[in-house]
Amino acid sequence: MIRKTLAFAAVAGMALSVSTIAEARDQIRIVGSSTVFPFSTAVAEQFGKTTKFKTPVVESTGSGGGLKLFCAGIGAQHPDMTNASRRIKKSEVERCAKNGVTDITEIKVGYDGIVLANSKAAPQMKLSRKHIFLALAKDIPAGEGKLIPNPHKTWKDVDPSLPDKKIEVLGPPPTSGTRDAFAELALEGGCKKFDWIKAMKKKDKKKYKAVCHSVREDGAYVEAGENDVLIVRKLEANPNAYGVFGYSFLDQNADKVQGSIVDGQAPTFEAISDGSYPVSRSLYFYVKKAHVGSIPGMKEYVAEFTSEKAFGPDGYLTDKGLIPMGEKERKKFQADGKAMANNINL
Amino acid sequence: MTDATTMNAVSGSGLRKSHSGDIVKASLKRRYAAEKRFRAYGIAAILFALSMLAILFSTIIGKAVPALTQTMIQLEITLYPQDIDPDGTRDPDVLSTANYRKLIRQAMFDLFPDVTSRRDKRQLYDMISPGAVFTIRDQVLKDPSLIGQRMTFQMPMSDDIDQLNKGAIRADLPESERRVNDKQIAWFKRLESRGIVETVFNTTFFTAGDSREPELAGIWGAAVGSFFTMMVTLLIAFPIGVLSAVYLEEFAPVNRWTQAIEVNINNLAAVPSIVFGLLGLAVFINFFGMPRSAPVVGGLVLALMTLPTIIIAARSALKSVPPSIREAAFGLGASHLQVITHHVLPLAMPGILTGTIIGMAQALGETAPLLMIGMVAFIVDIPGGPLDPSTVLPVQIFIWADSPERAFVERTSAAICVLLSFLVIMNVGAVLLRKRFERKW
Repeated sequence: MIRKTLAFAAVAGMALSVSTIAEARDQIRIVGSSTVFPFSTAVAEQFGKTTKFKTPVVESTGSGGGLKLFCAGIGAQHPDMTNASRRIKKSEVERCAKNGVTDITEIKVGYDGIVLANSKAAPQMKLSRKHIFLALAKDIPAGEGKLIPNPHKTWKDVDPSLPDKKIEVLGPPPTSGTRDAFAELALEGGCKKFDWIKAMKKKDKKKYKAVCHSVREDGAYVEAGENDVLIVRKLEANPNAYGVFGYSFLDQNADKVQGSIVDGQAPTFEAISDGSYPVSRSLYFYVKKAHVGSIPGMKEYVAEFTSEKAFGPDGYLTDKGLIPMGEKERKKFQADGKAMANNINL
Repeated sequence: MTDATTMNAVSGSGLRKSHSGDIVKASLKRRYAAEKRFRAYGIAAILFALSMLAILFSTIIGKAVPALTQTMIQLEITLYPQDIDPDGTRDPDVLSTANYRKLIRQAMFDLFPDVTSRRDKRQLYDMISPGAVFTIRDQVLKDPSLIGQRMTFQMPMSDDIDQLNKGAIRADLPESERRVNDKQIAWFKRLESRGIVETVFNTTFFTAGDSREPELAGIWGAAVGSFFTMMVTLLIAFPIGVLSAVYLEEFAPVNRWTQAIEVNINNLAAVPSIVFGLLGLAVFINFFGMPRSAPVVGGLVLALMTLPTIIIAARSALKSVPPSIREAAFGLGASHLQVITHHVLPLAMPGILTGTIIGMAQALGETAPLLMIGMVAFIVDIPGGPLDPSTVLPVQIFIWADSPERAFVERTSAAICVLLSFLVIMNVGAVLLRKRFERKW
């Protein structure tokens, strides 16, 4: 009896492992940014339910991880598309080309605002990007050409108009695209206000980036992991803390947290859409043209994503928190998607 | 005291005796007190652990209960042939792509003739789940003769309205602080007063795959994925584990090699699970070219992870079979293999199975190694076999916990309850096996 079961198990195990090798795919595989994930999955689900194609499999790997997988080569074992919450970098295009991935179509899907929010139990804060930089940068300027480690303990130290509360900001870790965008848009935006640092950009770009993008590590900025839901919960529990996360989480939790006003603009749908809210970024996905013939449904998926009913101003993606682009830009990317244009020029 | 002094006069040894008696007497109280304190500490520790467990369970179950129900609307809809199938072909392709959305919108606008502006109409339609069109589509596809009739469909309402109905979105907050606006609340009240809103048992949660719409999301896809993954794990880990244990325990000579292997197996049981995920990525996916996100790869990785547990449990089960059984079998002329397969293994089997079940329960709750091999993914279709992309229960919990929609909070807790009940069932199974079949010598 036992001998028989053992033999059966062994045979079954072997049959299983043999049949897995060299398997063709009939559904699209998408990897990439966790910020684009909610939008990409919504499109994938709609696509799977309304067409004869299988529902694409969407993995959340982060923008950098996604592009790494995407650029690994051509063939069914590599993903067909990757989502990114930033543009592809030159080094990544080169890496792609080295592995034979030459024709890539870039589709911009819309915008995402990054908010600095706190609990509704505390008053809303009015900030400028300069304040954010002075509160959260690792080193801050002290006079012309001199940097000192950030001495600010409270918001009031940064600027007398701000509340007399300890600086305590919960945000994503360096692996996150949200963190990159926050550093680039909010910190660098404030950093540039110092003329001598701005001048440094031309002379010593590396140093400029190190100064403007480094976040302090003395406990004022707490890395709270990639889980934005968790940050919202922590803000609820601690009215003195502030959190950094995407607009869609603010939208869903408007009864618990409020976004701080940055440079005179509150993070609202309208302000992010027309670009007046300064801390917003573009979201993209990239399509591997070489797979279009062999993996069924890729063109149709791109068409679904770029249709007005998805990424348009009244589309279902806006319900998920996507901020749509203007009409002209939408038209451009619809055309690019249709033609599978090789449209990356950095 | 006087006693002691007289004794003192009599002999030195008597002095020590009485003295130590005094010490014992004096310290007795202290020692009893110490023991009492120690017991109290123990009880306090247990109470603390129990209360933490109670808090954990009550919060999870408390949060999970709302997920068992779903707010539905009974909407009367006329299935106009000119909208669904204008040419009258009854072709399934035509039927599946027809504009059912328009029919639902029309039915809603008929209920609220006073809603005229475009913005209001949109908000009115947003109260119905985007999945409602599939409710109608599936019924029409099943029975095309329904076309042309007017009938009542039960359709899910959107997650925000559902949360409003359950009280998770509070109507008494200012309008800007909630996802449902004043108009939608008024409309919902009117629908309620007509008696066409009802709260029903949420079958979708137990029968559907994942979805981005909380009201359409279910645990079944992940449960099936877990089943296939566990099957692969069992098929690989059980025979290999038992064979290694039998060899090491019954045949292997004791030398430096077997000792090294033994140490390695014990160490392997303590290796963090994420390491197995990296191994799986490098070996199974990159080297053997197996598909990403497939239960077969997940099962292989988890099998490697549970192997040490099974081997250790199986060895101790084999060890506990008394030598007299082996000697008796040898004495009657059985070969070494016969001794093992006819006597030792059957007697050790309850212990081996208990170890296997506990190892499998551990594997069922594992997420970290699956992250590396692409099982942390959004997958809607229910997997049909171990090669189809799928997720597993703990991964589904992880994905839902990370979703912005409020209604996923209760579904996360409900999914945790489902996973916990599977674990409890497996552990109870292990206990029963042990109780029923274990023999004491």
